[in-house]
Amino acid sequence: MPTIAPLDLSGHVVAVAYLGDVPVFAEASGLVHRLEDGHKTIEAQDGLLTAVYDPLTETLLTGGEDGRVLRIARTGAVDELAVVPRRWIGQVAAGPQGAVAYASGKTAFVRLADGTVKAFAEERTVEGLAFAPKGLRLAAARYNGVSLHWVAIPGDPVDLDWKGAHNAVTFSPDGRFLVTSMQENALHGWKLDSKPGAEARHMRMTGYPAKVKSLSWSAKGKWLASSGAPAAIVWPFQSKDGPMGKAPLELGTRGNVMVTAVACHPSEDVVAIGYSDGMILAARFADSREVVLRRQGKGALTAMAWHKSGQRLAFASETGDCGVVDITV
Amino acid sequence: MTASAAETPKPIPVTVLTGYLGAGKTTLLNRILSENHGRKYAVIVNEFGEIGIDNDLIVESDEEIYEMNNGCVCCTVRGDLIRVVEGLMRRPGRFDAIIVETTGLADPVPVAQTFFMDDDVRAKTELDAVVALVDAKHLPLRLKDSREAEDQIAFADVVLLNKTDLVTPEELARIEATVRVINPSARIYRTERSNIDLTRVLDQGAFSLERALENDPHFLEEAAHEHDHVCGPDCDHDHHHHHHAHDHDHDHHDHHHDHDHHHHDHDHGHHHHDAPSPIHDVTVQSVSLRGGQMIPDRFFPWIQKVTQTMGPNILRLKGIIAFAGDEQRYVVQGVHMIIEGDHQRPWKENEARESRLVFIGRDLDRKKLEESFKACEAQAN
Repeated sequence: MPTIAPLDLSGHVVAVAYLGDVPVFAEASGLVHRLEDGHKTIEAQDGLLTAVYDPLTETLLTGGEDGRVLRIARTGAVDELAVVPRRWIGQVAAGPQGAVAYASGKTAFVRLADGTVKAFAEERTVEGLAFAPKGLRLAAARYNGVSLHWVAIPGDPVDLDWKGAHNAVTFSPDGRFLVTSMQENALHGWKLDSKPGAEARHMRMTGYPAKVKSLSWSAKGKWLASSGAPAAIVWPFQSKDGPMGKAPLELGTRGNVMVTAVACHPSEDVVAIGYSDGMILAARFADSREVVLRRQGKGALTAMAWHKSGQRLAFASETGDCGVVDITV
Repeated sequence: MTASAAETPKPIPVTVLTGYLGAGKTTLLNRILSENHGRKYAVIVNEFGEIGIDNDLIVESDEEIYEMNNGCVCCTVRGDLIRVVEGLMRRPGRFDAIIVETTGLADPVPVAQTFFMDDDVRAKTELDAVVALVDAKHLPLRLKDSREAEDQIAFADVVLLNKTDLVTPEELARIEATVRVINPSARIYRTERSNIDLTRVLDQGAFSLERALENDPHFLEEAAHEHDHVCGPDCDHDHHHHHHAHDHDHDHHDHHHDHDHHHHDHDHGHHHHDAPSPIHDVTVQSVSLRGGQMIPDRFFPWIQKVTQTMGPNILRLKGIIAFAGDEQRYVVQGVHMIIEGDHQRPWKENEARESRLVFIGRDLDRKKLEESFKACEAQAN
């Protein structure tokens, strides 16, 4: 049985990440908690709305109600990257070469490592941001689709259109696919490697009873795991057409309890599945075998992150009961 | 706090303020934020503007309408509200209630629908009431040049007829009558400089099925009116008085209630809102239905069909339904195609067991509604 080192925080925890060996927990209050030789707390923002892990620099990027964009290092050092006075920063994304994207209202910004900031105006509010795995290219999800901007090259964006509100966006690790989660309980995908001029290839991934708030690509990028159902819904992206015409895996199915967070293991085809009642399972894609990592908690899981060894899993919840699961035993 | 209490906190009430530019929204908002009522508000505004209170939580947000991708044209929500409410609700200890101030041209429907159609928002908040501010001086002009002004009134639960000091008593009576034609079920208050007892604006429970219609005397009166029914001791009014006595506004309310009634009677009691009003520039109509005890197997398919087919034309609907053999009052309320219903409480001994339903909207077929409603009655064959 795995062992759990609990970390009891008071409020909603938005995100969790491993910065090297240090698990960090970003609370909605703006406090960021680090577990390194004990529990250390940073007063990072006045209201934290979003936090994402930047794998290249092993730092945490955060945005908040105070209009600030921060980079938080493993050591706890805080670097203020940008400020948009009196506006909420609801989205941040980590890019190549130290680039950071953030959005406020209808504008997406990219801050390059040298401090230069480029602004990209959208017609609608930017709801999600992601950098392509190769090249300095930013995807901004918004109402009725996604805009793709080459950051360094002036010119019009490429518009990927699909009717409806797109809330989050992610590229497949090989860059061949782009997937959004939508207001109407569905994922939408575009195949990006079609021949130039060819008609856009769409993928509709529907049937979720709730909005999809957590997405995670598997270790080799062949699968995309998602929340929003009483099971982790895992779509196959191995073939050239992605999940088109294929059924997803449904892992860790439980009656009336919803999956609220998913995190794929860093090396195996295994996904950690977090539920609305605080339970965590790990499930293997190959045979659907499940292992209980945490029986239950006070509230829904909001985020989980694996240590790069794949031996430890940090988890966060909306009721503040967080912790680290050690699966080596 | 126990674990179970943490899982189901009381939903945060949300008040929506609508009204044309210059109608007095900011003044009312400043009043709400500065009066000593012991409550803390989070306020969502389109522009920071002149809201003068620093220590309240004020969030600026771009009004953004999202059409749901489900083929239903009236299924619209406000994307910005979903985002902001979700953010706010992650730190719920900071405020007791939320106020949404809309721009003058805003359509109130997507605002309201957000609180019914988005599961996350719905799980944590509940729409309390839509309050429309009307500039008494400029309403005729507004009605001429925009449909939004009319929609805002038609959709409201509470209408503040503001800037009454800028018009003559005759003008004011006319304006109030116009507002009453547009919305027969709203509570109307006359104000100067948005000066209103805040208990008439906040915590109204206008969308709550438990409280629905309990504080809505004109709704009942309107129905009574159309059927030449004289309010007697067995009428619901007793109950209302009772309810309001609890709210400590018995006297004032009674006074106001009579007042509205008076106007209604004299200004346009003769036309029954069954067609767009003869009052100039009013395109919204209301249809009040009254019937006996209903058969559930007839009523539910009927109301489903009505909201499915006429949904885009229905701004609001409210009703109390008496089902044959059912000891409980059943209440319904709806916005466009969204309809909610539930048992409310047992019928009282002195209450007439009858069914009443009001639709506010455009291009409503009154005759058809009336006939098909009647066909749901228990004695109908």
